[in-house]
Amino acid sequence: MAALAERSATKPARHGALAALWRPGPRHAIPILLLLLVGFAAPLLAILSFSFAPSRTFDIWHLPTLENYRTIVTETYYGSFLWSLGMATATVAILALVCYPVAYGLSKLFGRWSNLVTLLMVLPLFVSENVRLYGWILFLIKGGVLLGSLKALFGIEAESVLFTPGVIVFGMVYVYLPFMLFPMVLGLSMVPRETTEAARDLGASRWQVFTEVELPLAMPGIVIGALLTFVLAVGAIAEAKVLGGQSVIPISHDIEIAFTYAQNWPLGAALAVLLTLVVGGLVLLVLGRLDLDRILGRR
Amino acid sequence: MVERPSILQLRQVTKQFGALTAVDHIDLDVAEGEFFTIVGPSGSGKTTLLRMLAGMESPSAGDILLKGRRINDVPANQRPTCMVFQSLALFPHRSVGQNIEFALKIRGVSPEERRARALFLMRQLRLPEDYYAKSVTKCSGGERQRVALARALAYDPQILFFDEPLSAIDYKLRKTLEKELKDIHRETGKTFMYITHSLEEAMVMSDRIGVMRGGRLVQVGTPHQIYTSPRDKFVSEFMGEVNLIEVRRGANGRVSAAAPAGEFSAPVLPAGFEHGHLVVRPEFMRFLGAAGEAENHLVGRLYNEYALGSRIQYQVRVGEHVFVLERLRQQPFAGHLDQEVLIGWDARDSILVGD
Repeated sequence: MAALAERSATKPARHGALAALWRPGPRHAIPILLLLLVGFAAPLLAILSFSFAPSRTFDIWHLPTLENYRTIVTETYYGSFLWSLGMATATVAILALVCYPVAYGLSKLFGRWSNLVTLLMVLPLFVSENVRLYGWILFLIKGGVLLGSLKALFGIEAESVLFTPGVIVFGMVYVYLPFMLFPMVLGLSMVPRETTEAARDLGASRWQVFTEVELPLAMPGIVIGALLTFVLAVGAIAEAKVLGGQSVIPISHDIEIAFTYAQNWPLGAALAVLLTLVVGGLVLLVLGRLDLDRILGRR
Repeated sequence: MVERPSILQLRQVTKQFGALTAVDHIDLDVAEGEFFTIVGPSGSGKTTLLRMLAGMESPSAGDILLKGRRINDVPANQRPTCMVFQSLALFPHRSVGQNIEFALKIRGVSPEERRARALFLMRQLRLPEDYYAKSVTKCSGGERQRVALARALAYDPQILFFDEPLSAIDYKLRKTLEKELKDIHRETGKTFMYITHSLEEAMVMSDRIGVMRGGRLVQVGTPHQIYTSPRDKFVSEFMGEVNLIEVRRGANGRVSAAAPAGEFSAPVLPAGFEHGHLVVRPEFMRFLGAAGEAENHLVGRLYNEYALGSRIQYQVRVGEHVFVLERLRQQPFAGHLDQEVLIGWDARDSILVGD
C-alpha cells in the first residue's frame, strides 16, 4: 500500500521517457543493463563487424566484405563444423542414457543418500577442467596407470585409446555430466509419484508408465539438460586439444587458431558468427518444437 | 439389506514400516456392490490399508482375497481394481479425453471405440462433450473430480477405491459431489471402497462404515449402527459433537459421576461394566421447565449460543463441564446469557460406551 501511494505521488512530477525509465522496475535494471550492453552486446557487435572486415586486417571501418565467408565455404572448414556438431550430438545422447538412471535414483530412490551422491557429482567441478583432463592423460597414456598396470600385472600390451575422437567424446561426457544430470533431476522430481502410480493402477506396464507418463512429464528438464550440454559441447576445445591430441580439429579450435596463431581476426569472427547462427538456430528449433509450457501443462 | 456375496476379504492384514505397525491385523469382508467407507483420523492407517488393497504396497502379513483368489502378490496393473487418488493424479500433459481413455489405450482398444466410451462416461458424469479436447489443467476442481472418476470407470474395475478425493474441495461442492458419487454408485452397481477422515461424509454415502484407529478397525456397521451405538468413546466423539460424562457403576443399575457430580439413570449396564462414558447427543439434551420433566437433570448456566443453519446450538456450563444442546431454529430457547438453566435427558436417549 505504501509503495502504491508513493508511486502515485511521484507520478505527476515527471513526464515522458525519463519518467518511464525512473519507475522502480527499469530503475533497478539500469546497472545490469549497462553491464550487459558493455560486456555482452558490445563484444558480439565487435565480432559481427570484424567478420565483414577485409581478411588479415583490423580495419572494421572499411566497406563490409563477404570475403571471409567465401573463404570458409571454399576451404574445408565445414569438416570442423561437422566434427563439432557430431561429437556434441554423441555427447548429449550418451549423457542422456547415462544420467537418466542416476537422476531417477536421486529424485526417487536414494532418499537421504541423495545429498551425498549429489556432492560427489559436484566435487570434480571444483577442480580445473584442464587439470582433470591431464589426469585422464596420465591414466590412459601408454605406460600410464591403466596400460602400465595391465602390462606389469598381466603382461598384456594394448594400444592407448588416447588421441582418438572416441576419447574426446568420453572427455566431454565426463566434463559435462553435471550439466545434464541436475536439470534431469529437476525434471524427474516434477513427476508426482501418484501420477505414475495412477498409470500403473490403470493397467500400464513399467515401460508404458515410462513412455506415457514419466518421460513426457520429465521432458522439460531433459530438454534443458540436453540443450545446455549440447551448447557447451559444441564450443568445447580443451577435450580435443588435450585428450584428442589434435587428431581432430573442432570448430572452436579453428576459431582460436584464426584469432591467435594466424592473426586473422576477420576469419575467426566469421567462423564464430556462423557457429553462433548454427547453434542458435538449432536451439530455437528444438525449443519451438517442444513447447515447454504445453509439456508442463500450463496451457 | 439383502445378503450379497463377498467380493473382497481381508484376513489378518498387517503392514509394518520398520518398528511402526501402520495396519494391525485387519479382518474385513466387503460385499459385492457395496459402498464401504473406512473412516479414521490421519495416521490411523487407512491410506496404507487402501494402498495394499490397490496393490501399491504389499502386506507384511495376512491375506487379501478378491473373489476368493489371493491377490497379495498381484501387481497393481494386473488387479481388476482402480483407485481415485487424493491428488486425483490426472495426467497434466493429456486432455480430458486422453485421461479418460488411458486404460483403454493401454489395452490396445481402437481410437474410435475409446472415444465412444469416453464420451459415454463424460455424459454419465455430466461433463460437457466439448471438454473432450480440453486440457485437464484448465478444468475446475469439481470437473477434475469427474475426470478422475471417469478415468477410473473406463478401466471397468470390479472395485473402485477412493483415497479422500473430496478432502480439498470446498464445502458446498463437496456436498454436491458426495451425492453424485452415491448416484454413480447406484448407476454402475460397482463395489466402492472409500476412505475419509470425515464421518459426516461417510454417513451420506456409505452402506457400511468401518472406523479405524491406530491401525485397527474399531467398529464396523451401518451408518445407523455407528450413530446409535458407538462402541467406545473414540467412535462416539468421532461422530461429531456429543456430551460425554465419565461414569462408573453405581447402585440400583444407575451410574455415578464425579464431574458433574451425581447419580444418573442409564441404559441397562452391560455385564461386567465398571467404568466408561455416558454419551448424550446434543439433539437429545433438552431445556427443562421443572426437574421432573426428564429422568436426569442438571443445573447450569447458559454460556453461549451458535446458529448452525437449520439448528441453534446452546452451550451450557455445569461447573467447569461443558454441555451442548441443539434445537430447531423454529423453536429457539427463550433465555439470556448467564441465565441459570435446567437441562436434562432420558436414559433411553443416552448411550453407555467403554473407554
